[in-house]
Amino acid sequence: MAAGAPTAPAPVAASKRSGGLTERARSERKLAWMLCAPAVVAMLVVTGYPIGYAIYLSLQRYDLRFPDDREFVGLSNYGEVLGSSTWWLDLFNTVVITVFSVAIELVLGMIIALVMHRAIFGRGPVRASILIPYGIVTVVAAFAWRYAFDPTTGFVIGLGPISETWAPLTERAGSFFVIIMTEVWKTTPFMALLLLAGLALVPDELHEAAKVDGAGPVQRFFRITLPLMKPAILVALLFRTLDAFRIFDTVFIQTLGANDTETVSILGYNQLINRVNLGLGSAISVLIFISVIVIAFVFIKGFGTTTASQRGE
Amino acid sequence: MTNTNRDRVLWVIGILVVVFYALLPVLWIMSLSLKDPATIGDGRFLPQEWSLQNYEQLFETDAFTFALRNSFGIAAIATLIAIVLGSMAAYAIARLDFPGKTLILGGALAVAMFPPISIVGSLFDLWREIGLFDTWVGLIIPYMTFTLPLAIYTLSAFFREIPWELEQAAQVDGATPWQAYRKVIVPLAAPGVFTAAILTFIFAWNDFLFANTLTSTDAARTVPATLAFFTGGSQFEDPTGVISAAAVVVTVPIIIMVLIFQRRIVAGLTSGAVKG
Repeated sequence: MAAGAPTAPAPVAASKRSGGLTERARSERKLAWMLCAPAVVAMLVVTGYPIGYAIYLSLQRYDLRFPDDREFVGLSNYGEVLGSSTWWLDLFNTVVITVFSVAIELVLGMIIALVMHRAIFGRGPVRASILIPYGIVTVVAAFAWRYAFDPTTGFVIGLGPISETWAPLTERAGSFFVIIMTEVWKTTPFMALLLLAGLALVPDELHEAAKVDGAGPVQRFFRITLPLMKPAILVALLFRTLDAFRIFDTVFIQTLGANDTETVSILGYNQLINRVNLGLGSAISVLIFISVIVIAFVFIKGFGTTTASQRGE
Repeated sequence: MTNTNRDRVLWVIGILVVVFYALLPVLWIMSLSLKDPATIGDGRFLPQEWSLQNYEQLFETDAFTFALRNSFGIAAIATLIAIVLGSMAAYAIARLDFPGKTLILGGALAVAMFPPISIVGSLFDLWREIGLFDTWVGLIIPYMTFTLPLAIYTLSAFFREIPWELEQAAQVDGATPWQAYRKVIVPLAAPGVFTAAILTFIFAWNDFLFANTLTSTDAARTVPATLAFFTGGSQFEDPTGVISAAAVVVTVPIIIMVLIFQRRIVAGLTSGAVKG
């Protein structure tokens, strides 16, 4: 984002002088590229190569149980995945988990951020305690909540109005509830911290001016804070949506996809690792990759238009 | 006056709610791990009989000790590589003038958002062929997909804040370039590098998907994967208590790190996202 600003003059100057860079500038560039090269090459190799290989595998019939049947089959794996109801059900499940957890996190994260922003004291303990969910291993968090909602071990079951016979992880809605709750617990801190950083950029004078004009706190939040925080909110939403869409650990530990809670990552895992059907599994992998690109594209598109319309006003 | 008093009460309640919400599952898993195996199914929040039996059972076999060793070693090496490569790139991004800077940062962000499941199958197939399956190296390589972008992002955000003029000032004052680097730049950069290392380590320590799919034995299986496949001492034993004990063992170091370095971690988490 802002990173582009300082670099912008350099290429312009370079093109004007058409390669007439000073010796110093040229050696600076060379040094910069040499310093960046190892990291860039490493990133390309560890992601680019395997994804390329996944595309290659996805075009083959390649099941490790029948390695001799391996042959090039074009796009038929994609046809099989997209033609199956499982893929669409799993995509739906993933979207449900993503939308609900990100929406709840946004609201809770905003409340925590507002509380921390206005804090006169006690900011330290709050910050420290909300970082704990963030730092905890996801598998551990998933186990903690699974056991909490387990009818035999769990303290939640039979608590207050909750029925003693309720076993949420054996039914679909209950499973979604526990999975989403775990996700929300684990990642709200990240959301809150990003929003808190965005909140710090809203100038106090605007609030003071609005107060003088008679605007109440609610009005000030919706008319001043929220519009000014739009970029920060969109960045936080983008990060969290893409992250939630990849959900694997929590579902694996809590339901393993049972009760129709399978997500696309679990589906890919089952095909690739359990059934060792690398051809079909790779097609799922590539489709998940494309879905992520589409989500990112939609966000960035939305991001671009909102900042543009803000500037236009 | 009454208004500020009421605000203060609301604020204290707010703090308590947030702290309680954040700590509840941690306290719960700790309490579960300290329950006597006979009372583990009593459904109470606190143990009736306090016991360390779950911890004893956890360390009875070597499985968990091996997992701890693997987790620690793999996360540490992945962090070291990411920090070395990342700080070179971040130095160039923060300090030098060259075209392609935005492209590198954008690329790093794209890699960070990459779904790991998309490369699991390829790596599974490749690693079996070239003998990297179930090895430390076989996990460290895919860990670069998230540790490197994270390191580049946080380090370049930190490096931008360093007053680099001080280096020249020291040289004007008669320091050699090496002295200027050692005595001025290193102390200024060290906290940022350290924070980036903590964040990277937490991410590597947390991984489950790669550890689950690319390992099969104690040779390289890390803690999260070991936890997921824990099955008690015998077929009829409920592993709940032992898993809880293991969960506590891997959580305590993270909590200590978070408590000590909270301020820096928050700076590292947000600087990249807001200014980057």
